[in-house]
Amino acid sequence: MSVIDDKEQQAQGAFSPVGAFLDLLEKTGGAIMVFLSAVGRLATFAGRGIYHCFTPPFYPRLLLRQLIDIGYYSLPVVGMTTLFTGMVLALQSYTGFSRFSAEGAVATVVVLSMTRELAPVLAGLMVAGRIGASIAAELGTMRVTEQIDALTTLSTNPYKYLVAPRILAGTIMLPLLVLIGDVIGVFGGYLVGVYKLGFGPQNYLHKTWEYLTSEDVVSGLWKAAAFGFIVTLLGCYHGYNSKRGAQGVGAATTNAVVSASIIILICNYLLTQLFFAGK
Amino acid sequence: MAQDTSPAANANNPKLVLSGVYKSFGNNHVLRGVDISINKGKSLVVIGGSGTGKSVMIKCVLGLLSPDKGSIRVDGEETTQLSGKERDALMRKFGMLFQGGALFDSLTIWENVAFGLVQGKAMDRRQAKEIAIEKLRSVGLPERVANLFPAELSGGMQKRVGLARAVATNPEIIFFDEPTTGLDPIMADVINDLIIEASKKLGATTLSITHDMASARKIADDIAMIYKGEIIWQGKAADIDHSGNEYVEQFIRGSAEGPIRMEV
Ligand SMILES: Nc1ncnc2c1ncn2[C@@H]1O[C@H](COP(=O)(O)OP(=O)(O)OP(=O)(O)O)[C@@H](O)[C@H]1O
Ligand SMILES: [Mg+2]
Repeated sequence: MSVIDDKEQQAQGAFSPVGAFLDLLEKTGGAIMVFLSAVGRLATFAGRGIYHCFTPPFYPRLLLRQLIDIGYYSLPVVGMTTLFTGMVLALQSYTGFSRFSAEGAVATVVVLSMTRELAPVLAGLMVAGRIGASIAAELGTMRVTEQIDALTTLSTNPYKYLVAPRILAGTIMLPLLVLIGDVIGVFGGYLVGVYKLGFGPQNYLHKTWEYLTSEDVVSGLWKAAAFGFIVTLLGCYHGYNSKRGAQGVGAATTNAVVSASIIILICNYLLTQLFFAGK
Repeated sequence: MAQDTSPAANANNPKLVLSGVYKSFGNNHVLRGVDISINKGKSLVVIGGSGTGKSVMIKCVLGLLSPDKGSIRVDGEETTQLSGKERDALMRKFGMLFQGGALFDSLTIWENVAFGLVQGKAMDRRQAKEIAIEKLRSVGLPERVANLFPAELSGGMQKRVGLARAVATNPEIIFFDEPTTGLDPIMADVINDLIIEASKKLGATTLSITHDMASARKIADDIAMIYKGEIIWQGKAADIDHSGNEYVEQFIRGSAEGPIRMEV
């Protein structure tokens, strides 16, 4: 800050460059260790969560409630997102393709982009905001008010009771949401194509089907399952481990959404490469 | 460590024994070798200042926190290493009233009370509801609260629901973490009676934490005082007034003068 401080720091730096370098190494090493241990904790948590999905006792009532919460109540959000994305996609690709007289490709572009990329990624991100946040807040509150401890004392495993139904529901429901989102997105493209850009309805639908393969849709659904798992897992993880009262719950909520969004985007790239490498 | 003068230590069937239990959070050394022993069917009250580790001690027994060192035996069986199914099974022996209530706020009152019966003991929901309402009545709550949610009750009412939940499964060992704080004196006495009933009629072994000396005198067979993470005195409830321990004397006088200094 002050001039004197700066000079002092400079003096120290000049005095011992090796020391400064070692210091840097130590800090980097420390950061890497922190990162790796966080990954380790998350992996352990995920392992436990998955294990408890498949070992009794099961809680069908809780699973049903989560299925409704995560699936049914996310429909409007996912529907709106994909509808307008499909519409804008038709508009944009028309503008682009008309420059080299390839307007005919609009329908194909819409359906392929929706099924392979946009529906799963956008639905994943929207659900991260909606569900990831609410799971983290709910479990976080339960943690800081000792409700999770109370579960344990009532002979109920919190992983089974809280975590398993949520990650199961997320992994099951997101593909369904995305499938519906695919249809709505294509419909959005159709609306713009037919009513604004003047394609014939038969022609547009024909073009939509012409180059679409089942692999395009299925790969999107696999992505969706992965994203559903990621969102609910991170919501549970941050909520379950939250600390320090209301502030801690707030931090858990933010972390759940941010980390889920980033991991979704990274994972999306990796999965795309996995599915379509060499094609 | 103070001499363990209680007869509990010499008896042959202690239900719960803690020996040399240590627990730290970073530099905060909360428990520094706690030794406690409770005989079957007896009621031990632990007194001690705020922040001396009373709640932490109970959580160590329940496995919610794992002690750094020491042994915790229930019915002679070491429990500190248990996990998974064995831990769940052990938990069936316990009931716990949390200091803050810890009611499940997404469940109705009766579902809270019946939780251990429905989830832990796989009881039919209708039957569990009847028992829950019965237990609610015993803590002075009318049947109409059964279908409300915890957030719709007053603090004292929530405390009583927590109490009903803790005793609902007729556990063998029950922990009450400050059962009477936040209650008016009359209701506090009702709760005292309920705790006595749980231990005398149902034969449960109880460990209660309280700051309320009236309550301690009423419900305790034995009293132990915890100070700076150690049990510094344990004896018969009747002996509390002539303990010969200046810490205990200061605590029951409730005076700021004495060897215990509050860090303000
Ligand atoms: N999960 C935790 N992480 C870190 N520190 C903790 C944790 N739980 C308790 N502590 C610390 O342990 C100490 C004892 O806490 P504890 O809740 O056992 O006090 P207490 O004796 O029950 O007090 P009170 O009578 O006020 O309830 C406190 O200093 C507290 O800060
Ligand atoms: Mg406490």
